Amino acid sequence: MGKRFQLLQGNEAVVEGGIAAGMRFYAGYPITPSTEIAERSALRLPQVGGKFIQMEDEIGGIAAALGASVAGLKSMTATSGPGFSLKQENIGYAAIAEIPIVIVDVQREGPSTGLPTSPSQGDLMQSKWGTHGDHPVIVISPSSVQECYTECIRAFNMAERFRVPVIFLMDEIIGHLREGCELIPSEELTISNRRVDRSFNGTLAYAVQEGNYVPEYAPFGEGDKFNVTGLFHDLDGFPTNDNNITDTQERRLLDKIRMRRDRIQKWEEFECEDCETMIICFGGTARAVQGAIEDSKKMDFIKLGMFRPITVWPFPEEALLKIIKENKHLRQIIVAEHNDGQMLLEVQRIVEGRVPVDFLGKIDGTTITPTDVIDKVKEVY
Amino acid sequence: MAKTEIRMTGSGGQGVIMGTIILAEAAYEDGKHVVQCQAYGPEARGGSSKAETIVSDEKITYTKVIRPDMLLALTQVSLDKYVGCLKNNAIVVVDEEITVPDKIESLHTVYHLPILRGAEEVVKNRMSANIISVGVVNELLHVASQEAVEKAVLNHVPKGTEEVNLNALHYGAQLVQEAQK
Repeated sequence: MGKRFQLLQGNEAVVEGGIAAGMRFYAGYPITPSTEIAERSALRLPQVGGKFIQMEDEIGGIAAALGASVAGLKSMTATSGPGFSLKQENIGYAAIAEIPIVIVDVQREGPSTGLPTSPSQGDLMQSKWGTHGDHPVIVISPSSVQECYTECIRAFNMAERFRVPVIFLMDEIIGHLREGCELIPSEELTISNRRVDRSFNGTLAYAVQEGNYVPEYAPFGEGDKFNVTGLFHDLDGFPTNDNNITDTQERRLLDKIRMRRDRIQKWEEFECEDCETMIICFGGTARAVQGAIEDSKKMDFIKLGMFRPITVWPFPEEALLKIIKENKHLRQIIVAEHNDGQMLLEVQRIVEGRVPVDFLGKIDGTTITPTDVIDKVKEVY
Repeated sequence: MAKTEIRMTGSGGQGVIMGTIILAEAAYEDGKHVVQCQAYGPEARGGSSKAETIVSDEKITYTKVIRPDMLLALTQVSLDKYVGCLKNNAIVVVDEEITVPDKIESLHTVYHLPILRGAEEVVKNRMSANIISVGVVNELLHVASQEAVEKAVLNHVPKGTEEVNLNALHYGAQLVQEAQK
């Protein structure tokens, strides 16, 4: 690990965070602007007794990572939009087979191969709904190099604790940014490991104890005979068409996130308690919003606040509603994001017209600047 | 130190990105807040490359350079492309071969320095122009201590080129001292 304080790129800090959390397996296929994640994993994993494999494509990458994870290793794969699309089927597989995994998506602009090197946040809805069917998913988006490290640790903790895919949703602004990062020694970190209860689960891998939502089956290959499948399955993992089992299993999968969301949601509130205009943003966009708030204080300006989901899914809606209820000065919300209005939809759904909601977006491959934010605030005030 | 925005530009392969990483790392080791990033992508191919670092005593929010306090350009194309909107009375450093528009000359402090020729003839390593540039920038702005910059240079240059690169660094500082005489 080396020195405690280092100048790192966001993409590098993700790998350090993963390793600190216990990641010992990475399989993927390099793609801009995420490639440094594969490069650093290739360098660092062998140093800590882990394995790095460059697979034949992105599907192979997530499939290998899932295989390693079901066999007990904390695993990660990383990609950008085109690869993220390819990985969707296996994200659903991870959800139904309850295999922990962290999938990093460093977003790029546009559909298909788009603009490979330009910042974007256009995969926000895909990160929740990209794989088909109702499914649980946790999505975290960092807005600094430090958060690439600390939030990646949290991503692994939650993947392991809830046995779900966790999407680490980054953008090029933060992925390619270098800034200071504190690498926290493992003895000072809280690391969650997968809970295993062989005496309860054993062959009934998918049985769940009373009051719990998560099965605690042992790593595949340690002696318990069970099946792993993407079909709805019975407690031993073998497929079934039973409608009651399907209903119970599907509801439990959704509830394990829904009912524990207070432990999963995380957000930043900056001067939201008395602002007149509140800007809602996530990931790299937050840096422009913070810059705008800083600039606004140097002039006689509307009082600004920032609400930033760090866990973007499940969205911290109770927290947002609380601000709207308690801040009597609030007269405008602006959602700022590098897409055509995706978080906007979620905010509109939650706010339900209690406060006017406006939008600042960019989809040309350039970044939102503090001046863009200030101008938008003036325009809609 | 107030927030200082530095932009270095040149043609791909001259190492301006590494130059800004070295400056950022040195300033960070000295306890400053820093960010570093570069133009990344097709727009940076085919002639010019741009890299930026911001150094400050305070936390840095927005990560991109908006109005540079300092612009260093190693080629004409990169100067023309990235001169952008400079801060009032900025420092502009260009290689001696570059023509600077009159408007820039009159509004800013411009140094014409033999960076590329110095790399070739004095330091005797064509690849060291970026390290000479680091020496120039730090002599003008003092974003980091000499010791921290030397350490950062040694962290990033290939084995066997340590001495030549430290010479390049010192030569950069010397160019500024001579120009200021």
